[in-house]
Amino acid sequence: MAEFFRVALAVLAKDLRVEHRSRTAMVSALSFAVLTLVIFNFARDAAALSREAMAPSVLWITFAFSGVVALNRSFALERENAALDGLLMAPVSRGALFLGKYLANLAFVFAVEAVALPLFIVFFGVDIGGVVGGVILVTVLATAGFVAVGTVFAAMTVRTRLAELMLPLLLLPFLLPPVTWAVQATARLLSGRPASEIAGWVRLLGLYDLVFLTACLLVFPSLMDE
Amino acid sequence: MPDILDARRTASRGLMLIAAGLAGLAGVYVLALRFTSVERFQGLPQKIFYVHVPAAWCALLAFSLVGIASALYLWLRDPRLDLFAESAASTGLVFSIVMLTTGPLWGKPVWGTWWTWDARLTFTLILFFLFLGYRALRSALADPLERARFSAVVGILGLVLVPFVHLTVYFFRTLHPQPIVLKPSAPSLPWEMLRTLLVSVGVFTVLLIGFVMTRYGVGRMGAGDWGAEEGGTDGS
Amino acid sequence: MTGAHSPATSPLLQATSLERRFGATRVLRDISLAVHPGECHLVVGPNGAGKSTLLRLLAGLARPSAGTVTIGGASPGREAGVRRSIGLLSHQSHLYDDLSAAENLTFAARLYGLPDPAGMARGTLAAFGLGERSDEPVRRLSRGLLQRVAIARALIHGPALLLLDEPFTGLDSLATAQVIALLGLELGRGRALVLVSHEVREVWPLATHAHVLIRGGWTITGPVGGTAEEFLARYREGIRG
Repeated sequence: MAEFFRVALAVLAKDLRVEHRSRTAMVSALSFAVLTLVIFNFARDAAALSREAMAPSVLWITFAFSGVVALNRSFALERENAALDGLLMAPVSRGALFLGKYLANLAFVFAVEAVALPLFIVFFGVDIGGVVGGVILVTVLATAGFVAVGTVFAAMTVRTRLAELMLPLLLLPFLLPPVTWAVQATARLLSGRPASEIAGWVRLLGLYDLVFLTACLLVFPSLMDE
Repeated sequence: MPDILDARRTASRGLMLIAAGLAGLAGVYVLALRFTSVERFQGLPQKIFYVHVPAAWCALLAFSLVGIASALYLWLRDPRLDLFAESAASTGLVFSIVMLTTGPLWGKPVWGTWWTWDARLTFTLILFFLFLGYRALRSALADPLERARFSAVVGILGLVLVPFVHLTVYFFRTLHPQPIVLKPSAPSLPWEMLRTLLVSVGVFTVLLIGFVMTRYGVGRMGAGDWGAEEGGTDGS
Repeated sequence: MTGAHSPATSPLLQATSLERRFGATRVLRDISLAVHPGECHLVVGPNGAGKSTLLRLLAGLARPSAGTVTIGGASPGREAGVRRSIGLLSHQSHLYDDLSAAENLTFAARLYGLPDPAGMARGTLAAFGLGERSDEPVRRLSRGLLQRVAIARALIHGPALLLLDEPFTGLDSLATAQVIALLGLELGRGRALVLVSHEVREVWPLATHAHVLIRGGWTITGPVGGTAEEFLARYREGIRG
């Protein structure tokens, strides 16, 4: 059991180190996030649509799509030099490898979100005041869900032509539940609704995470097993 | 040799079912338009209900078949299961396209809008994207073993997703006021409407099975599973 | 199939009636192999014969449609621990270009659960004469050096069995000779090798057994007897026939 986590952490550390050297994922994902936020700001007709009405959707579109950009790199780096075979030859379960990759992807997407959120607050003049904790909780839960499925799909799409197109296409239906719930929850948080109203969505997000993390852990070994 | 006869038989049985289904479909139209009363509040537009509900149901049924066949494939690694999943997916894709195009075609002249975020339409739209993704992934993978394995994963995860999509789509119906009055099937349907609906569901299901069988049969005929064909296509 | 060997020694690797197919297409059929410590099994064949597939089955990276692969009695595909006995080397390096040789090997050591991963990495690199350039990103190394790092990575956990898939690809004759010398040393230490290569003449001195794979089946299999030329002649005959 300890072996399982030890290897997962080794994979996580390795991914972080490689990203630190090459910076491929972070630069593209961050640029995408900033670009999205800027475009939304200019695309808005101030008279027709208030910032407050748009804000939660804009935030989550930014998070979701820059998240997908970050996910692409996950297995691209394993493809060069067939490094993935090196991982698969290790005397550990495939689940440990999945967990390591998943945690690395989470780290990258959280990093992008951590930059995008303050920018969003600044650009959209949102008063996040007392609900920072709530927003972070919702963000973490929703992200944990779609990154799990995204990690599995990244492992597959890297083997296809047009991988960068295939991943968002496959992932889209899986983004819908967590992102729509997150938008609803965030909207209510920002308009100062009581916590009891938000609780339902938080529970749904948690359920999604639990179900899909389990499903992905179960399915990943079969994926790797030729 | 027995395999090709088997496959041919499956395909022809499938075609017979399709023929029966199409005949049944004509019957449903007659039934819905002539022999079922018009709904009091919605009027004539409500009749699309008899086509839309079964179509949505069949798309979902098709996807469930994909999911189950996918799970079985990953366990047993029998290529016939992969072929079956692909057949169900292609059929489901067609059903969802039909449903998504008939909706707006009917909706525009009758309600004045192309699209409505009606729960059934939205649900089918998402299923459509799942079918599309499944299909796109398959075309992007050359190695048959890899293609089977990867699309099986999409099939399984997709099936796990379905309840969550349901939660998302049907949940929001209670939040947004519906300007369009296409109501979901109420628990208390007058017998007449329920009868027509059930007949329609039956006909659509027959069509679904027919298409899946035909495609599967044709696929098996093309797979060349008879005779010991030696030699590698890949490898080395 | 694999000729006389003292029956007391049970094989390190035993492949029995391996088959790999999808539907009707068979990539491998009825492949059996028994490998004992100290043996070097050369596998030769034309492109598309199924050699890489065979190696992946032996490594546990792919599962056979029929037949079994066992190493020390357990399947490398199903039991993770068994893979500890295997080192894989192919024409791809399995290394991360942005990391240094030391970092790559430290990571490998961690994957294998070795104590003092960083220390083991440095030690192994030094043993292979790679101490000097072990802190540069691996993308800067020449092909020959890169392959040596890959060998170090394959051997860091001291596997009893080495599986090699065209390890000399892209190496000049000097580098090839160096790798062969290294492999000879490992054989001397009691490791077993399954080597897929078309450099028959260069590898012949190491080989204890030679097998020819044509269109998914063995046409020649057994202990080495005679010269490389004789073997190549029989091989060419097998292709023509």
